[in-house]
Amino acid sequence: MKGVLATDRRGVRELGAEELVGWDEVTQGVVLNSFDIELENVAHIPPEERPYSDFNSYTATVASWRVIKPVYNRDICIDCQNCWVWCPDTSIISRDKQMLGIDYDHCKGCGVCVEVCPTNPKSLLMFAEAEDPEAALAKWPEKKKKEKK
Amino acid sequence: MAEKMELNDVEVWDGNYAAAQALRQAQVDVVAAYPITPSTPIVENYGAFVANGYVDGEFVMVESEHAAMSGCVGAAAAGGRVATATSSQGFMLMIEVLYQASGMRLPIVLNVVNRAVASPLNVRGDHGDMYAGRDSGWVQLDAFNAQEAYDLNLCAFKIAEDINVRLPAMVHQDGFLTSHTAQNVYPLSDDEAYAFIGDYKPVDEMLDFSKPVTYGAQTEEDWHYEHKAKQHRALMDSYVVIDRVFEEFKAKTGREYKRVESYMMEDAEVAIVALGSTVETAIQAAQELRDNEGLKAGVVAPRCFRPFPFNEIRDVLANVKAVAVLDRSCPMGAMGALFNEISAAMYTTPSRPLITNFIYGLGGRDFSLDDAKHIFREQKGHADVGYITTPIQQFSGLRGPKLGFYETKRSK
Repeated sequence: MKGVLATDRRGVRELGAEELVGWDEVTQGVVLNSFDIELENVAHIPPEERPYSDFNSYTATVASWRVIKPVYNRDICIDCQNCWVWCPDTSIISRDKQMLGIDYDHCKGCGVCVEVCPTNPKSLLMFAEAEDPEAALAKWPEKKKKEKK
Repeated sequence: MAEKMELNDVEVWDGNYAAAQALRQAQVDVVAAYPITPSTPIVENYGAFVANGYVDGEFVMVESEHAAMSGCVGAAAAGGRVATATSSQGFMLMIEVLYQASGMRLPIVLNVVNRAVASPLNVRGDHGDMYAGRDSGWVQLDAFNAQEAYDLNLCAFKIAEDINVRLPAMVHQDGFLTSHTAQNVYPLSDDEAYAFIGDYKPVDEMLDFSKPVTYGAQTEEDWHYEHKAKQHRALMDSYVVIDRVFEEFKAKTGREYKRVESYMMEDAEVAIVALGSTVETAIQAAQELRDNEGLKAGVVAPRCFRPFPFNEIRDVLANVKAVAVLDRSCPMGAMGALFNEISAAMYTTPSRPLITNFIYGLGGRDFSLDDAKHIFREQKGHADVGYITTPIQQFSGLRGPKLGFYETKRSK
């Protein structure tokens, strides 16, 4: 999900593509700065507007080992934000409490978002990494009927 | 505000209490500790200082030494002055985290009250734990008595926290022999001690929300090597700050410390190199041999085990003919670690004295004046004939048939 805003630098580079510098130029204690400049109240700045450093994984794509992926179905989602709350990699992109999609540069395919999705059918389902999203949406399951007692 | 404690000009403290008092005067922000013999009284007394209002910091009781050092790493990364204490098995359990602390350049002060490492289980002093820390990236300072345990703790904070060092530091003392022997200790007042150490100046602290940082990054073959080399360089270069802090300490107290202590070495023909409380035994033996037998004996003691004082060792041993290096840790399948390092240093000098290795004092086995004199006399024997007449590695104070390894290779 690129381009929440045009300035978004999420996952713009391959991990390990940083310039290789010598021992005299690496940071002390392997401490990595999140941002290039000092910031106040960073929690109130939308992620795509934060000046993330190249050594913050925000700008790196770090999901190459994912083998299954969640696919998001906008038609069913009720924007409850459960997936956003539970995602361990902050890979659910949401703005003003509206679910926008999945950050496939950081999602590891753990499936927690699917597990916590309360809709019927679910608004997020796991598919093979190679599955085309349109094809996945086309084979979305029907609503399950309540079993009569 | 923490209460001040009125101290006498001279107090009767054991090594543990001396260390605890130094930690109190340093006003440590966080001590995370799991007590273990013989270092327990350090954190026990520190806990009492906190409970009685003499320290503003936190005392965190944890479930293991691994957790203790982990808590220290977290608190130091957050931006606080941090210290703890341990021994032996506890030290071994901390080791994984010791490397994390030094790799993250967190200036934690760890009091290690040296004790043998099991098996067999043993609570008494030898240097097995200290040696296990020698590649962990910490500054290692060695106190030979209670006064030094106090003094070196004050120095350790100042060294570790220096902006040009920013590495953790251990202060070692011998279990029971130093930690539980009450001696006269001349403390500084609370104000003087704190002024000497100075306020803690955080670097890259995690609680600075205007500058968020990541600690504990993963680096593979493309970055790891450079980071470790930079860390090694910082420890190698830390001697400059260590020397300066020792100078400042001398100016304040009159008590002088050097990275390599030497005694009667000006004209010494033979020398013992040792660590810990053994040094005082060796000095006494050397003095008696000089007085009674005219044997020009001297003693060399690395005050600073890491960074290893390679140059200073070469200087101080430049004119001796025979050296016995004493290792209070069983090297298990090799020569003693101190022997190897002293030998490496002296191999790069023109004099290349005869160097032998003695393993001694394991598990707190007493090292007597007679043991030390025997070793000195044996060195004199080597010096007189010009070669090593005994096995290169021997065992002092060991029951059973004489045990030794390796002979000198020499042409007739």
